[in-house]
Amino acid sequence: MDRNEPLHQIKTRRDSALNALVSGVPYMTWLGIRFDRRGDELTAILPFDEKLIGNPRLPAIHGGVTAAFLETTAIIELGWTAMWEDLESGRITPDAAVPDSLPRLPKTIDFTVDYLRSGLPRDAYARARVVRSGRRYASVHVEAWQDNRSRLMAQATGHFLMPQP
Amino acid sequence: MTEPDDHARIAQQFIEAIPHARALAMRVDEIGEGRAVISMPWAEHLVGDPRTGVIHGGVVSALMDTCCGAAVMAHPTHPRSTATIDLRIDYMRAATPGQRITARAECYHMTRSVAFLRAVALDEDGDNPVASATGAFTAER
Repeated sequence: MDRNEPLHQIKTRRDSALNALVSGVPYMTWLGIRFDRRGDELTAILPFDEKLIGNPRLPAIHGGVTAAFLETTAIIELGWTAMWEDLESGRITPDAAVPDSLPRLPKTIDFTVDYLRSGLPRDAYARARVVRSGRRYASVHVEAWQDNRSRLMAQATGHFLMPQP
Repeated sequence: MTEPDDHARIAQQFIEAIPHARALAMRVDEIGEGRAVISMPWAEHLVGDPRTGVIHGGVVSALMDTCCGAAVMAHPTHPRSTATIDLRIDYMRAATPGQRITARAECYHMTRSVAFLRAVALDEDGDNPVASATGAFTAER
């Protein structure tokens, strides 16, 4: 680590790497998922949109959308955590315009979602925690909420196959 | 008595009233007696891995969740509405890019307030499932 590295250079490196990771996935762009970054901590944001509704009478967000939001959050967190060291040391410089510069993302083995509250027609947030990450397999826990961080909308646990070098 | 075709038509109207199911262009192929078959086409914007064109796992989740919900609603005990309590999905292989994905769900047990579901997702190779799911859903009376 270079203590005197210019701040804007650090921020640009991290933000453009994160952007490259996320914008490489068409489905995330279609759902409208964005990420907020504080240091290495990521918060996924799913802005509300009409097309996300699963129950028009309530209305409520589709359970499948909630599952997809949790799963993409878990995958990006895992991909982000896995590439952090290489990114910070300058070994890699992911660029959205150069598909080959992007690290390959982990593959989902299984994913289990607990639906705790129905999704309101407003923005949702999620944060994932890598519980265990080995060379081949990883286990990730992820939580989603809306207005109130302590009142979860859903939580999930998933197992993932890490890309092999 | 309503014919199976009428069931499918009513179910299709139900699906089309769901904005997210419409956004994914879901189609009800079969429905009745606690079972449902729903399919959707592959599309560029649903891709999870641009290197291969493979559809994102989240899309498969959305299709299986909708199909399970439809199977609950099609149960002979006629629940008034349903919501997912939990859903576990096992991803067995990548769905072949460009092919339609079909989910088949079955409500294998029903209590007064809970429905237990099993589902599989297939592409055009119907012998090798892409994913399987098990879930519990509410059954509101």
